[in-house]
Amino acid sequence: MSEVRVLVGTRKGAFVLTSDGKRERWDVGGPYFGGWEIYHVKGSPADPNRLYASQSSSWFGQVIQRSNDGGKTWEPVGNRFVYDGVPGTHQWYDGTPHPWEFARVWHLEPSLTDPDAVYAGVEDAALFRSADGGQTWQELPGLRRHGSASSWQPGAGGMCLHTILLDPSDPGRIFIAISAAGVFRTDDAGTTWRPINRGLRSEQIPDPTAEVGHCVHRIAMHRSRPNVLFMQKHWDVMRSDDAGESWREVSGHLPTDFGFPIDVHAHEPDTIYVVPIKSDSEHYPPEGKLRVYRSRTGGHEWEALTNGLPQRDCYVNVLRDAMAVDALDPCGVYFGTTGGQVYVSADAGDSWAPIVRDLPSVVSVEVQTLP
Amino acid sequence: MIRVVLPAHLRTLAHVDGEVKLDVEGQATQRAILDALEARYPMLRGTIRDHVTHQRRAFVRVFACGQDLSHESPDAPLPAAVAMGAEPFLVVGAMAGG
Repeated sequence: MSEVRVLVGTRKGAFVLTSDGKRERWDVGGPYFGGWEIYHVKGSPADPNRLYASQSSSWFGQVIQRSNDGGKTWEPVGNRFVYDGVPGTHQWYDGTPHPWEFARVWHLEPSLTDPDAVYAGVEDAALFRSADGGQTWQELPGLRRHGSASSWQPGAGGMCLHTILLDPSDPGRIFIAISAAGVFRTDDAGTTWRPINRGLRSEQIPDPTAEVGHCVHRIAMHRSRPNVLFMQKHWDVMRSDDAGESWREVSGHLPTDFGFPIDVHAHEPDTIYVVPIKSDSEHYPPEGKLRVYRSRTGGHEWEALTNGLPQRDCYVNVLRDAMAVDALDPCGVYFGTTGGQVYVSADAGDSWAPIVRDLPSVVSVEVQTLP
Repeated sequence: MIRVVLPAHLRTLAHVDGEVKLDVEGQATQRAILDALEARYPMLRGTIRDHVTHQRRAFVRVFACGQDLSHESPDAPLPAAVAMGAEPFLVVGAMAGG
């Protein structure tokens, strides 16, 4: 019978939650790296026992951990993230130039084919790659040297490169997203990049339809249809059917179109999930009701999924990297909250149950489906 | 023999219990101690000082003999008691909340 392994990053350590394919009974492993912020843990699609974890603290900086046995044991690997050449400046919150400074790794994206190859999205925004299992890291500097980079500004959480999507049909194509610059795409494996934000509208910036400057919170794709992208922007849920060349809003009648995560059903490319959040200053669900919204039509039409989720007095947030789906049938959907709960739905969102209720604040959730 | 006391999180990271004892060639300075420490425990590189500039991380302090040496030159000689191993060289996570 299949197994699922849920990799949870929290403000005070990592946890590994495991279950069989029924997804009813769970073992909780951890905390690993207790006391450290774990922004992200992700497994290699090419070797599910190879995991990478981003471990950081305000005191001791960045550490990258690697496991070769599915998270039972870990070893620190390379943590030298040095920008290529002269880093230059971006805009600071007050509009003044600010030198690029490495703060942390937000997101690790292992190669689809090579367990030793992994990308790292970092703050201040840049993309790094390791070809030796995380021992050494090299920046792909074409992104940071894009002509617009000096105008990029940090979002409230820092100027982070938080999303990396690898196109399974084209090894040269990578999508990344930066808060608050927007989405960029390379078609030559990271040498050159261009912004793909046409159709986004952000009233919070001087030119609402500017080429860059949008606070994109998350983008997602279904691997069978990599030209179709879904986006949760600061405000607005968006969709592109042309690999990001143009975007259109699909927020429909969502109670609020602010939020952080967005994900796609494992077997239905037009079924997507978001978690509406009241506003950018009130980072909690509207009406104190924690509701996942599902669209089975690729946007516009949404249904609230509430069965098993708290429908009163709930004021947690769900961060951008804290939702994932498994590959079982029916598809499992998972998300973690800033209140320390990790919820699972083993029926594509129809009903939910907490796996754990009292972890530290959850930053990221990933799922591995094991044979 | 120089004695180094690491904060708990770095002891865990380096898989060490208790004090670290280091042979440091030449004059005992902060830089010489950290060079020797990082050579023996490469996983500590970048956690106490920057990889490239070797500037101390903002929330890391170094103490010895009841004094805060954090703002001394990394090349300044350390107290004789540290150089002789009578007193430890302490790497400390600053009290910065959390």
